[in-house]
Amino acid sequence: MTVLLMTALVGLGAFAAGLLGALTGLGGGIVIVPLLTLAFGVDLRYAVGASLVAVIATSSGSAAAYVKEGYTNIRVGMLLEVATTAGALAGAYLSAVIPTSAIAIIFALVLLFTAAQSLRGAGEQLTAAADPLARRLRLGSSYPTPGGEQSYQVRNVPLGFLLMLVAGILSALLGIGSGVVKVLAMDRAMHLPFKVSTTTSNFMIGVTAAASAGVYLRRGYVDPTLALPVMLGVLAGALVGARMLTGARTRVLRLLFTGVVVVLAAEMLYKGATGGL
Amino acid sequence: MADDAAGPRGRWSDERVEQLVGNLLRTGVIIAAIVTALGGAALLIQHGAARADYHLFRGEPAALRSVGAVAASALRLESRGVVQLGLVLLIATPIARVLLSLVAFVLQRDRLYVAVTAVVLAILLFSLVFGGHA
Repeated sequence: MTVLLMTALVGLGAFAAGLLGALTGLGGGIVIVPLLTLAFGVDLRYAVGASLVAVIATSSGSAAAYVKEGYTNIRVGMLLEVATTAGALAGAYLSAVIPTSAIAIIFALVLLFTAAQSLRGAGEQLTAAADPLARRLRLGSSYPTPGGEQSYQVRNVPLGFLLMLVAGILSALLGIGSGVVKVLAMDRAMHLPFKVSTTTSNFMIGVTAAASAGVYLRRGYVDPTLALPVMLGVLAGALVGARMLTGARTRVLRLLFTGVVVVLAAEMLYKGATGGL
Repeated sequence: MADDAAGPRGRWSDERVEQLVGNLLRTGVIIAAIVTALGGAALLIQHGAARADYHLFRGEPAALRSVGAVAASALRLESRGVVQLGLVLLIATPIARVLLSLVAFVLQRDRLYVAVTAVVLAILLFSLVFGGHA
């Protein structure tokens, strides 16, 4: 295959991933590495390098809007970024010693977990009382709702921090944003409102991915010719997706996306078990 | 955030910082995408007919691995170097955002979050400057 043809095909796939990711709110990053490795036979290291760069582009692009609208909790984000960046740095070094087949199996499990989470709704359980640590860290805030500014409090900071370490490790190891784990940590563990959890997760993804992308750049995993269509394709797809009104079709798209993720998980599991990746 | 002890309102209120952070992120992504696209057009014209092969990992040449070398390659107008510069600018965008947050917390005299943000910035800079030796 020539570089030109490969660029066009990868660009199309990345565009579809970005579009579907934006329409469903699940992020397209998680399907990029399976797409590159399974469909195009790309080495896992190049795939992870290209995917991380694309993840930074889409999360930073959409975070810009959410931050301005006042949903994002910057203090919660900053505090938990200590955990995600430390985890990402650890994950980047772990990736050099964990065998590819094991990474493929971890990837499959994370894909299945993502599919399961996407079918569950928000776990919104707002709390009126902050725990002492959250109060000392001044994590409580407010966010815009149709009925005006709604204030909220935060709980279980250590558990959230621990889950964010895991999110960081997975982000670096698999070249994903780990949005599902991040939202789980804030929404379920720390009792943040769902909209605040998703936008703050998105805000943190770029910083998390940058921590391991730096290591991978220096290790020679980031190939400009491959990252070119991946980054621009996902970014274009996400931009178009954000401008489309989906309304009632979101459910159908979610099911479609979940189906794709399950198929990719099965394929990754098979490749991991047979050592074919 | 209006009721907490985050420091002075006005120019460095949390709301103002949110606007600045949003603008910084958007600008960074736009600049990075433009540089990548321009370099990409040149790359495809020059190397489009070459064979694409990513089955075997060889690793990038030294000219595409560090921030300094990438900038030098881009200044020589090598198409791969220009694309890589776009990608480096993208990686630098969240780092610049953390730096902006650090400045904002310093001006708000929020010592706790100055410390928190400084740790994140240190990890990011370590990764980009010293990372990679496994």
